[in-house]
Amino acid sequence: MTQTTTTAASDQFADVTASDATLRRFLHGLPGVDQVGAEARAAGLGTRSIKTSAKEFAIDLAIRMVDLTTLEGQDTPGKVRALASKAMRPDPADPTCPQTAAVCVYPDLVATAKEVLGASADSTTGAQVNVAAVATAFPSGRASLAIKLADTRDAVAAGADEIDMVIDRGAFLSGRYLQVFEEIVAVREACERPDGSSAHLKVIFETGELQTYDNVRRASWLAMMAGGHFIKTSTGKVQPAATLPVTLVMLEAVRDFRAATGQMVGVKPAGGIRTTKDAIKYLVMVNEVAGPDWLDPDWFRFGASTLLNDLLMQRTKMLTGRYSGPDYFTLD
Amino acid sequence: MARVDVRKTYKLYIGGAFPRSESGHSYEVTDSKGAFMANAALASRKDARDAVVAARKAFGGWAARTAYNRAQILYRIAEVMEDRRPQFVDAVYRCEGGSTARANKVVDEAIDRLVWYAGWADKIGQVTGSANPVAGPFFNLSTPEPTGVVAVLAPQASSLLGLVSVIAPAITTGNVVVVVSSHQRPLPAVTFAEVLATSDVPGGVVNVLTGDAATVGPWLAAHMDVNAIDLTGVAGDAELARNLEIAAADNLKRVRRAPAAETDWSTEPGLEPMTWLLETKTVWHPIGI
Repeated sequence: MTQTTTTAASDQFADVTASDATLRRFLHGLPGVDQVGAEARAAGLGTRSIKTSAKEFAIDLAIRMVDLTTLEGQDTPGKVRALASKAMRPDPADPTCPQTAAVCVYPDLVATAKEVLGASADSTTGAQVNVAAVATAFPSGRASLAIKLADTRDAVAAGADEIDMVIDRGAFLSGRYLQVFEEIVAVREACERPDGSSAHLKVIFETGELQTYDNVRRASWLAMMAGGHFIKTSTGKVQPAATLPVTLVMLEAVRDFRAATGQMVGVKPAGGIRTTKDAIKYLVMVNEVAGPDWLDPDWFRFGASTLLNDLLMQRTKMLTGRYSGPDYFTLD
Repeated sequence: MARVDVRKTYKLYIGGAFPRSESGHSYEVTDSKGAFMANAALASRKDARDAVVAARKAFGGWAARTAYNRAQILYRIAEVMEDRRPQFVDAVYRCEGGSTARANKVVDEAIDRLVWYAGWADKIGQVTGSANPVAGPFFNLSTPEPTGVVAVLAPQASSLLGLVSVIAPAITTGNVVVVVSSHQRPLPAVTFAEVLATSDVPGGVVNVLTGDAATVGPWLAAHMDVNAIDLTGVAGDAELARNLEIAAADNLKRVRRAPAAETDWSTEPGLEPMTWLLETKTVWHPIGI
């Protein structure tokens, strides 16, 4: 995992984040999103035809980018163990199948996932399957800051490599940007471990509740200025979840942020991405909008559960030349 | 001024909708005398793939319906066919040739066959199931269950009666079907699909692909999510039938072998067309308590 430092960026935006008024002036000064244009561009990029060897590459890359997720009230340690095993060996019948990037669970199940994933280093790349935990009163984010921070520290202490936090949409929508900013900064500090290293922070906007693309752009900048390592579309609990145009707006934001500060921030669409076709559309968009630097599990992730099975089925189809069926993969 | 012709687009039937072929291809259909009749959609492997997905989605619900309800729906198909009888007579007459009297007789037989199968829906379980005697205080009951998604290569010559005779037994027993119609005579199959769409058959239970069994068949035979394949439509083509059987062996599909020549569909079919698509489940239950 690439460690990034955010000191430079926070210095650069010190004026902007000095007060609620300056922050509002900055965020509202961002150019508006052309809704029709963004939707047309996303739809246009979705029509690219990706076949044969390019498709093989895309499928393997997409598998490596999956944050295999289970966020149900009915999750059990057994289910999390099964999911973690699947993340390590998505296709038990094929040792060449890459690992997923991470498993994403509730904080109380981090230790369970960690137990299974402890020795998951990939034999060829040495990459490890990370454990991501949703924290800060996921999915609504309706709790006091103290509770959110305790939730985060708890997950980090249990061994989480990545923390998926939700922003306070109520505060954001009522224009209390500084509160949201300070909350992200506080959670990022709570991600630090005693040894000085830090869990990666993904900031969830829940774009389905932000109403407009302008708000998505503002939230993206807000989270990036606050030092989030990833910006993530949704919790998966609200419809609509990740859509192509929303992800497009976020990819533009990380591209512009790198142009302004030199720092890269990752993007994670989550929820509603179920098919290989969808995943490939996202990858095309990442390449065209943000650039090929983002075509890496360190900088782009899919928050998904059913997507993995479809990727595996397509992968099997490409290798064997015949259509596969859900009977041959685990249900989750 | 002469009225402009309103020509019909003959499309596929997948998951309860009528899409064009994913490939965008179509082919010319001629009548029995070789004159142009229509352009039918030419199903591709991706249409077959979509049809299997639609069928798999429909399977749980269809298999879970009561046999009584399936009987009602099969009878309903017969009712709606009867209602559109002139259209079927015309299609059969033009596709298969012969006389209108013959076409009328074929349509009669097709409708009667559906009624015959409708009657069997809630009786087949009693005929093929059993209460087995065992050496212990148990009920031991064998009941038939549907096999799953069935790919059917429909007869080439008998475009309506043959088609009904291979679809009806599969859905009567709770299976779902992806059927490749007669290649040269697909129009009765398209009309039949329109009947299915309006007779309470849930979308995806029957999916009709018009096209060539030789191109679509291998994909269906090799498909890992298809549980059985009926090779009736490749009767007489031993080489193709053999290759399809080999492809079907990969996931141990049930295979109904291709006959040497096309069957005479006017005779009563017997139970075999239904029983080959049934899996037997046996349960033990303690007596008493």
